[in-house]
Amino acid sequence: MTRDVYRFPHRHLLGIEGLHPPEILQILDLAESYALLNRSGKTSRDLLRGRTMINLFFEDSTRTRTSFELAGKRLGADVLTMSVSTSSVNKGETLLDTAATLNAMQCDLLVVRHDQSGAPALLAKKVDAAVINAGDGTHEHPTQALLDALTIRRRKGRLEGLVVAICGDMLHSRVARSNIHLLTTLGSQVRLVGPPTLIATEAASLGVTIHHDMRAGLAGADVVMMLRLQRERMASGLVPSVREYFRFFGLDAARLAHAKSDAIVMHPGPMNRGVEIASDIADDPVRSVIRDQVEMGVSVRMAVLDLLSRVGRNAP
Amino acid sequence: MRPDPRPTLITAARVLDPESLRDELADVLLQDGAIRGIARNQGRPDGALLVDGTGCVLCPGLVDMRAELGEPGREYRETIDSAAEAAAAGGITTLAALPDSDPAIDDPALVHWLRTRGEETGSLTILPYAAATKGCRGEELAEYGLLAEAGAVAFTDGARPIAGSRQMRLALAYARGFGRRIIQHPEYPGWHGAATEGALATRLGLPAIPAAAEAMLVARDLRLAELTGGAVHFAHVSTAEAIDLIRQARTRGIDVTCDTAPPYFDLNETAIGDFRTYAKLSPPLRAEPDRQAVLAALADGTIDAIASDHQPRDADDKRLPFAQAAAGGTGLATLLGITLAQVQGGHLGLLAALALLTCRPAQILGSPAGRLAHGVPADLCLFQAERAWQVVSGTLPGKAQNTPFDGRALEGRVIGTWKDGRRVFA
Repeated sequence: MTRDVYRFPHRHLLGIEGLHPPEILQILDLAESYALLNRSGKTSRDLLRGRTMINLFFEDSTRTRTSFELAGKRLGADVLTMSVSTSSVNKGETLLDTAATLNAMQCDLLVVRHDQSGAPALLAKKVDAAVINAGDGTHEHPTQALLDALTIRRRKGRLEGLVVAICGDMLHSRVARSNIHLLTTLGSQVRLVGPPTLIATEAASLGVTIHHDMRAGLAGADVVMMLRLQRERMASGLVPSVREYFRFFGLDAARLAHAKSDAIVMHPGPMNRGVEIASDIADDPVRSVIRDQVEMGVSVRMAVLDLLSRVGRNAP
Repeated sequence: MRPDPRPTLITAARVLDPESLRDELADVLLQDGAIRGIARNQGRPDGALLVDGTGCVLCPGLVDMRAELGEPGREYRETIDSAAEAAAAGGITTLAALPDSDPAIDDPALVHWLRTRGEETGSLTILPYAAATKGCRGEELAEYGLLAEAGAVAFTDGARPIAGSRQMRLALAYARGFGRRIIQHPEYPGWHGAATEGALATRLGLPAIPAAAEAMLVARDLRLAELTGGAVHFAHVSTAEAIDLIRQARTRGIDVTCDTAPPYFDLNETAIGDFRTYAKLSPPLRAEPDRQAVLAALADGTIDAIASDHQPRDADDKRLPFAQAAAGGTGLATLLGITLAQVQGGHLGLLAALALLTCRPAQILGSPAGRLAHGVPADLCLFQAERAWQVVSGTLPGKAQNTPFDGRALEGRVIGTWKDGRRVFA
């Protein structure tokens, strides 16, 4: 296959940080072609035939898990999902015991979600499979950033030079970190908008600008990316109340008016309507690309599975 | 342990005593457990064991003022015997043991037991710290008088900071009456994190504590020491800001001492990159400017001692996602080597470096150890300054292998350790 001319140089996808622009573009380009194939219903169903892909989810997730399942199945892999409870006392032992089990099962592709930063990296050192980070703690969620980038690129035609405002709880957000790495690597200007208690003190070192006022943060933005605000943040005192949060940092039509008139609205889901985003904005068919994000999620994950499984497949 | 009946003559070594600033080529005679002669071309008594010290440095056995032993209660990590083995290989002959074991060392009988267990090893004097509060729980003062009588050299809750300001005030005041120091672990209580707040922790998505948290507790406790007239010691200081506070407090006459540990002047936070849990320490590794400040404070005398801060952990404690992994690194076997690396790097003089490992910590602990002079017990360390070796986890002496220095190439290796005139490491 001619595609094999470009060898993806990584064995695992643990994060966006460290990926070079051509590597990111390689994933996006391949995902774009999968997006077209998916719409035409002509996906090849035998690319990963005979390969075992395991979704290992230590944290609840519906959207990401089903998206990976669908991606694996569309490529013909044998897909199974293991949901592991993290309520057991000795989580780490479970993690490495699980690694040994997976090795015995001769798993080829391992998709991992875990509530601890670095857990997929730890597993990657212990398993034979290619590991894909499906979200680890507050560290990274690389496929989310890739699908966001693809969604933006399809709408805006480019990433370079765009102004992207990422709004909300950046401190606890792996989606924000992966997006910051990806967008700054490809030349977008990234702004973080949120209360100081939800933005890491050294966030500016990531190459972004920081705003505590939505109007200033959204002014002239091409893309407005909202982050989910977990209810626990109120309980831990980082934000006093939902109503105060929505009043100052929620996205409604008035706030969105400060962005460019053709700005798009994104959200990684699941949304808290009325907390970080007003329903009429979330459902606005012109501005909101939230459904596109879900669609691109499958294509991006197919591309990632494809690229990572090439190591050892039809070895050149 | 009885002294070796045979005398030992160590010949032609460079003999260093940081306390008297002795630095000469000499032969040293060990007899009946003590140093009996330091002179050139000393006669060899009948039956004496000969050790050729040519090209080597002979200095007092090292005094490590901070180590966790694993015993009692966490023998799966380290036992007193395995720690003694690692200590001897590291040139350490006197060691102050932390009391936050299970049970905590908060009873005179336990202090006595620890000292005895040290004597039984034959290679290591254990100077027990006793708990500052009963059970190291931070609630009620322990029995300082009885514990001091049993041999407790100072009071501390180990790796747990004495959190309440009233509790700390009482501890400083009460310990003063018994001529003892309170040793504080200066991490601001109630703030939890796995790394130092900053760009790296932000990128790795790790819960983090600002470096300022150390200075905040140091500032409070210095003020309390001033208020009570008590003596405070800060363990493993790691930030420029805390060191500045200590430096200023000295000029106001506050009785304050402090130590640091090799990771804080040899490594910075980048060692945790890629979620390396062996480099997860408490306090966490800091940014590069803080590392340099620690090094400068060693050179200018603000820091009184270098302690190993040995914290044994086993593989199950460490093979976890970073935030869940136990903090702490081993340090006995690498204490001298990492310190000598700063001498080779031109940051410290050899005598000054050895003072930080011998007489200065001994003085803080009120111990006569850490000297090399006629008539003192023959606790000695012989090392070859140019001998290269590599720190490799899994091959280190002792049980615990969780070194933050895995892979580090070092020059300067202990080739002999003597305790009361008996060779305990060769």
